[in-house]
Amino acid sequence: MRAFWKANQLKLAPWLFLAPGIFMFALYVILPVFQSLDISFYAWDGLGEKEYVGLDNYVELMDDEAFYTALQNNIIWLVLYMLAVPAGLFVALFLNQTVRGIRIYKSLFFFPFVISQVVVGLVFSWFYDPTNGLMNVLLNAIGFDSIAVLADERFVTYGIIVAGLWPQTAYCMILYLTGLNSVDPEQIEAGRLDNAKGWRMLWYIILPQLRPATFIAVVVTVIGALRSFDLISIMTSGGPWGSSRVLAYYMYEQAFSEYGFRMGYGAAIAVVLFLIMMVYIAGFLYKMYRDEKGH
Amino acid sequence: MKNKKSLLKQSLATLALATLFSSSAFAGTLVINTDTSDPAPKKAFEDVIAGFEAENPDVQVTLNLFDHEGYKTSIRNFLTAEAPDLATWYAGNRMLPYVNAGLFESVDDVWEENGLNKSLASAAASMTIDGKKWGVPYTYYQWGVYYRKDLFAANDIAVPTNWAEFKAAGAKLTAAGITPITIGTKYLWTAAGVFDYLNMRTNGFDFHMALTKGEIAWTDERVVKTMNNWKELVDAGFFLENHAAYSWQEALAPMVQGKAAMYIMGNFAVAPLREAGLTKDQLGFFQFPEITPGIEMAEDAPTDTLHIPANAKNKVDAKKFLAYLARADVQTKMNETLGQLPINSASIAGDDEFLQAGFKMLSKTSQVAQFFDRDAPAEMAKAGMEGFQEFMVKPERLATILKRLEKVRNRVYK
Repeated sequence: MRAFWKANQLKLAPWLFLAPGIFMFALYVILPVFQSLDISFYAWDGLGEKEYVGLDNYVELMDDEAFYTALQNNIIWLVLYMLAVPAGLFVALFLNQTVRGIRIYKSLFFFPFVISQVVVGLVFSWFYDPTNGLMNVLLNAIGFDSIAVLADERFVTYGIIVAGLWPQTAYCMILYLTGLNSVDPEQIEAGRLDNAKGWRMLWYIILPQLRPATFIAVVVTVIGALRSFDLISIMTSGGPWGSSRVLAYYMYEQAFSEYGFRMGYGAAIAVVLFLIMMVYIAGFLYKMYRDEKGH
Repeated sequence: MKNKKSLLKQSLATLALATLFSSSAFAGTLVINTDTSDPAPKKAFEDVIAGFEAENPDVQVTLNLFDHEGYKTSIRNFLTAEAPDLATWYAGNRMLPYVNAGLFESVDDVWEENGLNKSLASAAASMTIDGKKWGVPYTYYQWGVYYRKDLFAANDIAVPTNWAEFKAAGAKLTAAGITPITIGTKYLWTAAGVFDYLNMRTNGFDFHMALTKGEIAWTDERVVKTMNNWKELVDAGFFLENHAAYSWQEALAPMVQGKAAMYIMGNFAVAPLREAGLTKDQLGFFQFPEITPGIEMAEDAPTDTLHIPANAKNKVDAKKFLAYLARADVQTKMNETLGQLPINSASIAGDDEFLQAGFKMLSKTSQVAQFFDRDAPAEMAKAGMEGFQEFMVKPERLATILKRLEKVRNRVYK
C-alpha cells in the first residue's frame, strides 16, 4: 500500500485534490444535463406518470411559432448584447486617467453591475412607462408621441436589451480597466517615438495588449445574453403575447410557471439551448487548451 | 475504536428519532397550508382557526402561510413530499391535475354527513370530478362591471342593460374624452375576464363551458361571433391605450383619476378603488349587459376551496375542520372579514352594497363559471389569454390567433 502510494504519489495527488470538485461538478452539472436529455423524451407534468413519447417534443418544437420567436430573440440578444464590449472599452479608456477623485467616478460607473438585475428591470420598466415614464415625458417635451416600449412587439426586445446593456457595459468596463493597468508603458513610449497617436495607438499598441480582457469580456457577454432571463421576467413576463421571450424564459414558462408544468417540452427547449451554448463553450475550451499549450 | 463506533451509532439513532418526531405530527395536531398572504384573507383564516380550536380544544392547529403567487408552485412540492393535513386551492379544472395524480383525498363523506350537498349545492358541480367531491368551498366573489357613477351622470348615461346601450354608453364617453373601459393586460388574465363575459353573453353558458372543456373548435363561427363583438369594442376605442404595459392595479389609476369610466373586474377591485378615494356616490356596479337576447345571464364567480392531501397525516381532524368550515355561521363570519360571498345557502352575505349586489345577481342564476384560467386546462388558458391580449392590440390577426388556439386545443385535450 505504502509502496504503491510512494510510487504513484505524483500522479494520484492531483486527482485526490480534484475529487471533491469533480464530484460536485458531476452531481450538479453533468448529471442534470443527461437527466434533462432523458426527460425531453417524455410527456410529464411533474406529478403523474411519465409517458415516453420519443422525439415528439422536438417535432412539436419545430412547428411551434413561439419557439422561433424565442430563438430569433436569442439571436438579437446575442448580437446586440455584444455592444457592451466596445461600450465598456470606451468607458474604461475614458476613466483610465489620473484625475482627483477618479476612484469615485469608477465606482459610480461600476454601480449598475452591483445592483440586482431585478432592480435594473424595475428601474427601466418605470423609465419606459407610457404615461409617467421619464423617456416618454422627454419624448413628449420635444414633440414626439409616447412609445409604449414594453407593450409593443416591435420594440420590446430592444427595450429590454438596452436595460441589460447598462450593467453589462459596467462589467466589461471593469474587465478593461484591470486590463489597462497591465498595459506596458514602455511599449506606449516606443509607440509615441514612432509617432503613433489616437486611433493608431489604440488599434496597434493598446488593443493587442488587451486581448485577454477582450476575450473574457466577449465570453461573459455571450453567456450573459444567453442567460437573459431575470430582466424579461421582471419587465414583461415574456409579453406582449410572448414576443419578448427568449429560449431560457420559454423553457421556464413551459416547465415551471403557473400555466406550465410540461416538463418534457421544457427539457427539450433546454436541450436546444444547451446545444447553442455548447458552440461557444467548445470554442472557449478550445482556445483555453491552445493557450495553455502555448500554441 | 469500538466504543467510538457505538457512540456514533447511538447518536445517529437519536438523530433519526428526532427527525422522525419533528416531522410526524402528534395526534391532535392539524397542519394547514394556505396562500392567504394578504391581510384580509390572513385574518379570516386565523379567526376560523381560533373558532375551531375553541370548539375542539384537543386539536392544535398549525397554520403555514405562503405567498399568494409562490403557493402555486410550492403546492406541487408539498403535496408530494411533506403534505399538510389541509391545503387551500381552487375549484374547477384547476384541481384536476392533483386529483388525477391522486394527491387530493375525496371528501364525499364530509359532504354526505354534514348535508353539504344541500347547503353548498351552488358550488357542488365545480367541486366534482369523476362523480366525487374533492374539497370544501368556503368563499367566492362576483365579477361584473364597476363604474364611475358620477361620470355616467355627468354624461347623461343610464346603466346599460343590453349590447346597444353598452356601445352607446361607450360612444358618449369617448366623445367626452373618457376611456370607456380601463384594463391592464400585462399579466394576461384580465383579458380573459372580458372574453368570459362576451362569450357567455353571445353564446351562453353551456357553449362557454364546452369551449373551455375543449369540445368546440376555436375556429367555430360562434367563437368568431364573440370575437367580432369584441372587435366592435376594440375598434370603437373602448379599452385603455397601451393596456399591455399595465398590471390590473396600475389600470386602477385612470378610473380613480376620472380618465376611464368602467372596469370589468372581480369584486376584489373595490377595496383598492375605495382606498384610492372613490366615494359611495362615485363607485357603482352593474351586471355585464345582455348581448344575445333571451340567453340566461351566466356569471364568473371564482371559488376558493380547502382540500385534504392524500398524504395527510391527520385526516380525522382535517375532516372535522372541513365540516366546521362549511357551517353557515362560520362562512358568514369568515366572508365578512374577506369581503366576499359565502357559499353556504344559509349564510348571510355582508351588508356592503357591492356584496349585496353580487349576492342578488348570483342568486338569480345557477350558471356560474369559475373564470377562464380555472375552467380551461392550464396550457389552453395560457395560450388563450395570450391570444386575447394580442387580439386586443391587433384585432386584424383574429384568424391567425384562432388557428393557433385550435392547434393548441388539438394537442391539449387528447
